[in-house]
Amino acid sequence: MPREESQTVLDVVTYVQRHLDASLAYRFACRVGMCGSCAMTVNGQSRWTCRTHVSRVADDGRLEIAPLHNLPVVRDLVTDMTEFFDKWAKARGRFTGTRSRHEDFERVPPAGRREEVDAGIECIGCGVCYSACDVVSWNPDYAGPAALNRAWTLVQDVRDAATIERLRAVAGDAGAHACHTHMSCTERCPKQISPTAGIAGLKRAIAMAALKGEL
Amino acid sequence: MSARTQTFLWIGQRASAAVLALCVLVHLCTIIYAVRGGLSAAEILGRTRGNAAWLGFYSVFVFAVAVHVPIGLRSILAEWFGWQDESRDLVLWVLAAVLAMMGIRAVFGVFG
Ligand code: SF4
Ligand code: FES
Repeated sequence: MPREESQTVLDVVTYVQRHLDASLAYRFACRVGMCGSCAMTVNGQSRWTCRTHVSRVADDGRLEIAPLHNLPVVRDLVTDMTEFFDKWAKARGRFTGTRSRHEDFERVPPAGRREEVDAGIECIGCGVCYSACDVVSWNPDYAGPAALNRAWTLVQDVRDAATIERLRAVAGDAGAHACHTHMSCTERCPKQISPTAGIAGLKRAIAMAALKGEL
Repeated sequence: MSARTQTFLWIGQRASAAVLALCVLVHLCTIIYAVRGGLSAAEILGRTRGNAAWLGFYSVFVFAVAVHVPIGLRSILAEWFGWQDESRDLVLWVLAAVLAMMGIRAVFGVFG
């Protein structure tokens, strides 16, 4: 494998596919860290490969590239993300507004709860956190860090009107309460999001709702 | 089991952990204090017999254990052994009762 300056792991995979084994299956799209499709494990750790420099991760000049953990492999480096995204839907990961197009825009104060939303909103759905999470590997029903992070950004969204349904959807053994705060997701997330913080927020919000008899 | 019940289990786990942290601390301090100059059954019983404060303290301790242990085991059984169905929860209810009964028996043993 020829070494180039600023060579990324994705460049290496592409080289293999173009020059060494045309049958190699892998996934990418944007190559600039926006689409979230290029995640793989590199020397055992989940990473976005398009923005991971070989020089940073090669161990004695060696790279072992494999598909993400905790997801079924379709072929080679391609995993089936269906369950990952189904869990977002299950965690009520879609916005539920109250206004129609005929009403004025809602004015959202940038401080306070909106800051919590901003901290988690840049998720690109790469699945790195899901692949790195021990709890997902022990408990296949567990929603996982990304879906719960998404739920948390909506719970903190002042415009959203489905908070209680969402808290109900993410409570309990398959939801926020399964998290053991290992923080692998937070350590590995390429967007520097802390799903752990969001999950802790969900646990608090769910507990408050339960104590108030709203759950 | 409903999301609500699971949430209350989690709250029970957290609350009992807070109580246990305090109980274990008091218990350890008492042990360290009590073993100065040797330990004898008579000395221990002299402290606990008829003492309502120790009765109350150790009853709370036992109750917190009976809440905390089964809820913790519930996750361990699910994650390590994949045992997630209702039979697990039934067994853990029995365990909670056994822990509470054995503990209270011991507490009354040194009280009366
Ligand atoms: S939270 Fe981070 S690691 Fe997880 S899917 Fe989103 S961007 Fe990827
Ligand atoms: S190819 Fe789009 S994030 Fe890597």
